[in-house]
Amino acid sequence: MTTASLYRIGNTDVSRIAGPLVVVEAAEALAYGDLVDVLSGQGPPRRGQVLEAAAGRAVVQVFGGTSGLGRTDTTVLSRGRSAHTGVGRDYLGRILDGAGRPRDGGPEPLADEERDVNGLPLNPMVRDHPDEFIETGISAIDGLNTLVRGQKLPIFSGYGLPANELAARIATQARVRVPGGNDQDRTEDNFVVVFAAMGVTRREAEFFQSRFLAGDAARRTVVLLNLADDPTIERILTPRVALTLAEYFAFDLGLHVLTVLTDVTAYAEALREIAAAREEMPGRRGYPGYMYTDLASLFERAGRVRGRPGSLTQLMILSMPDDDITHPVPDLTGYITEGQIVLSRELDRAGIDPPIDVLPSLSRLMNSGIGAGRTREDHRGLADQLYACYARGKEVRRLLSIVGESALPAEDRRYLALADAFEREFVGQAGERRSLEQTLDAGWRLLTDFPDGELKRLKPEFIARYRKGGSTP
Amino acid sequence: MNSISRVAGPVVEATGLPGVRLFDVVRIGGQRLTGEVIRLDGDSCVAQVFEDTTGLRVGDPAEPTGGPLTVELGPGLLGSIVDGMGRPLDVLAGVPGAASGHSAAVPWQTADPYVPRGADPPRLDRDRRWRFTPAVEIGDVVEPGDVLGTTPEGPIEHRVLVPDGVSGPVSAIGAGEFTVTDEVVRVGDRPVTMAQRWPVRQARPVRGRRPLTRPLVTGQRVLDVLFPVARGGAAIIPGGFGTGKTVTETSLAKYAEADVVVYVGCGERGNELTEVLQEFPELVDPRTGAPLMQRTVLVANTSNMPVAAREASVYTGITIAEYYRDQGYHVALMADSTSRWGEALREVSSRLEEIPAEDGYPAYLATRLAGFYERAGEVECRCGAAGEAGTARIGSVTIVGAVSPAGGDFSEPITQNSLRLAGCFWALDTSLARRRHFPSVNWTRSYSQYPVVGWFDQHVAADWGDLRRWALALLAQEASLQEVVQLLGVEALAPEQRVVLRTGRLLREDFLQQSAFDEVDASCPPAKQIAMLRAIHHVHRALTDALERGVPARQLSELPALAELGRMKAWPADDMAHRCAELTERITQEVQAL
Repeated sequence: MTTASLYRIGNTDVSRIAGPLVVVEAAEALAYGDLVDVLSGQGPPRRGQVLEAAAGRAVVQVFGGTSGLGRTDTTVLSRGRSAHTGVGRDYLGRILDGAGRPRDGGPEPLADEERDVNGLPLNPMVRDHPDEFIETGISAIDGLNTLVRGQKLPIFSGYGLPANELAARIATQARVRVPGGNDQDRTEDNFVVVFAAMGVTRREAEFFQSRFLAGDAARRTVVLLNLADDPTIERILTPRVALTLAEYFAFDLGLHVLTVLTDVTAYAEALREIAAAREEMPGRRGYPGYMYTDLASLFERAGRVRGRPGSLTQLMILSMPDDDITHPVPDLTGYITEGQIVLSRELDRAGIDPPIDVLPSLSRLMNSGIGAGRTREDHRGLADQLYACYARGKEVRRLLSIVGESALPAEDRRYLALADAFEREFVGQAGERRSLEQTLDAGWRLLTDFPDGELKRLKPEFIARYRKGGSTP
Repeated sequence: MNSISRVAGPVVEATGLPGVRLFDVVRIGGQRLTGEVIRLDGDSCVAQVFEDTTGLRVGDPAEPTGGPLTVELGPGLLGSIVDGMGRPLDVLAGVPGAASGHSAAVPWQTADPYVPRGADPPRLDRDRRWRFTPAVEIGDVVEPGDVLGTTPEGPIEHRVLVPDGVSGPVSAIGAGEFTVTDEVVRVGDRPVTMAQRWPVRQARPVRGRRPLTRPLVTGQRVLDVLFPVARGGAAIIPGGFGTGKTVTETSLAKYAEADVVVYVGCGERGNELTEVLQEFPELVDPRTGAPLMQRTVLVANTSNMPVAAREASVYTGITIAEYYRDQGYHVALMADSTSRWGEALREVSSRLEEIPAEDGYPAYLATRLAGFYERAGEVECRCGAAGEAGTARIGSVTIVGAVSPAGGDFSEPITQNSLRLAGCFWALDTSLARRRHFPSVNWTRSYSQYPVVGWFDQHVAADWGDLRRWALALLAQEASLQEVVQLLGVEALAPEQRVVLRTGRLLREDFLQQSAFDEVDASCPPAKQIAMLRAIHHVHRALTDALERGVPARQLSELPALAELGRMKAWPADDMAHRCAELTERITQEVQAL
């Protein structure tokens, strides 16, 4: 791939090197978005991309870092096109670096074809609305924030919270149920995972590799690694290469792809670094004003396409600095994605595993994936009821610290007990994998002590049919 | 030479285009991408490009088109989906007619899933034939806005209007089936076709504006009863993510009593538009019996589509809305979300290195927003002498704009500037949404300035306004009592205050909450709305009476029968009055028995 004959144009007149940027004079032939190779007197060639093409000069962002580059001995070679990656079945089982080159010592994978990593927007006309329920085995997700194939759902985490464990569990446990049947479609043959790590530590990378590349799972996984000490700007490419591979697997090969992107916050920092180097007007907390558009160009690449069998589901992990959900990265992500799973430090300290706080969590596509014929007829009502009861229970808990338990009316005490049991028994499940029925039954058990009249979100016939044990009239 | 001199994201600079005007459309590069001139400076002009500019290089050609961005108007818009520039997305995908269900079998396997660059297909279907029924006779003198004839389009009668700049005696008339480019009428020596063009940034002229005194009935209790929007008014829905902006917008698109709905998906999720595309053809408009999709036009600029086209999508949408308004229809325009448009302005402004105002938004943000919201209104449609004052067609455009404030903080510029322009503020509340109280419209922050409650008094129920005032006052009282409870506990309240708390809960849970996903409750006709509110009011009076008789407040507020009010939502609208009377009677008796 790196033979000089592929290069079309060389530019040697470098006028400025600052941060991740190189400014080249007399560079009319560089097109906006072109992938370039930056050759220096020292060290290996680095890749870059044209950020601005103007009469007489071009601004190039260098993915591999600019340290060691000099003004006089740097050459910028254009490949005459934007960043591309090879795609193909041969990529399965491989470990790549953040730019899509082999990192496992193996040969270059055999590419079926080359694709522009930036992709093109999916035409909403041709999208198929995602409605296939994915059973993750985790009650807080399956029961209350159901994931469907083709959805993009982030995990909002904080430093030190077990988001990686949760993502790995979802990736390894996920099953799709055949509508109407009891049998589980194991989907091992047509299910693949594309894992893209941006700015993660070696320890985290090893954790994921041990989960994704153990045994048989390795055959159906591609891993892209941009570690915390790898060149920061390369992170701009990492998710794009991953999603280009994923799109090929999903929409050309018809596979069901789960893409795990982590950590979006580290990616956003790379964006900010470039914006700052270009002296752009900073937005909130110094992030560029176009961050929404940029993140959307990644996340919107999830979905299903009509008339094609595959699907592309995205799970992204992002760390909320200081657990602040209004920080620009979780804020903009929440506006783009189809819901969010929020982890709670409070639950984590209380030993609830997984520590999912269901109140701020949400799955926007839940409705189309659940109900009679998909999961169970009582699913929607039960989820709404559990939400409402838990929310009220949490309010009572706040009150408790003021007035003491003895001053609470019996009704309030019931909600308080439910909130405790909900966290311990429903959300908390440690390593157990629950089927959907087990999840729903666990939910119904929590409602045993409630009078029917209090259960306003549930149809009376569902209460009669599904609630076992002590119902009071 | 006319050629590109600089490319930076969506902003492209070109030189050598003499005579080009501000907001003229230019074609950029070998692929002839569409751009719009936003600055002229000496010999160079700066354009925002509505398509991805990757691969453009200095020296690539740039070509003027000599006119501004226009949208093609005519029959065939209803039931269609277009992108920000008005290009039909079904045609771009290679499956023409798939959105409206007009073509028979759709070979989805051969569809192109991605939006290609530089495509410029005809906007309206050139082959489809429409039955034209003339409404004029030879020799009639017509002026712009007069109806030349009609053709059936979905549930409405599409009125073909005399285009701008055309007037004189009718000299030839066609009858039969025509394509949109065929001449149907000749005015003087000017041929008139069913398709016309209009520049999107220019408001279509009207004969006069009318006072806004009629509500746009939405079928949502919290909106119709507490914060009604006028037909021809403007409402904004700001809310953090997950508060239900989009669900509210789609509920309005489904159930609002409008003849035509224009839904602009501006910088939002592709899957949401797909949901509309797949759901609306299945849903039936109860007022016309036709599929909902047939009264709907979708304008789609999803968040991964080029940012500059975001602005165009808003203007394309409002121009289509005005076009149907001018035919004498009541149009509701949903814009989700106006913040993405504002952010697109900000991005382009920053690439132009303009001096930013608040939060990096350009100083002209308020002007642009005003230019959009002021295109709402109820109007007497433009027409010639034929339409005497008072007998002219009446049409309206109601705008409902979603706002996505950063961090859910309403003090940001887009929310604040929109508030100045819209008469209705439907504030969505994150804490309500987290408790799954939907629609999460906050009843203490929201407001409506439109004088339309009187219409409900006259046309639905005489006690509408009184009950509304009572409910608002009680909810306000409950909110302040809740603050006391948070500090001191419920035992600190006086008995009558505890009854207010209980009734407040009834109002919140059994009246304001409305599930968009429940078959029955998704839409609630005004008569049912007021019956439910009246029932809660009756029960409140019964509780207050019992209190005066000395029944302990605790016993009253824990009365099991109160829970039955929660079942009202599921009752069919036609059986409402009877069942509500029965229920309130039963609860009153139980209360009296205490």
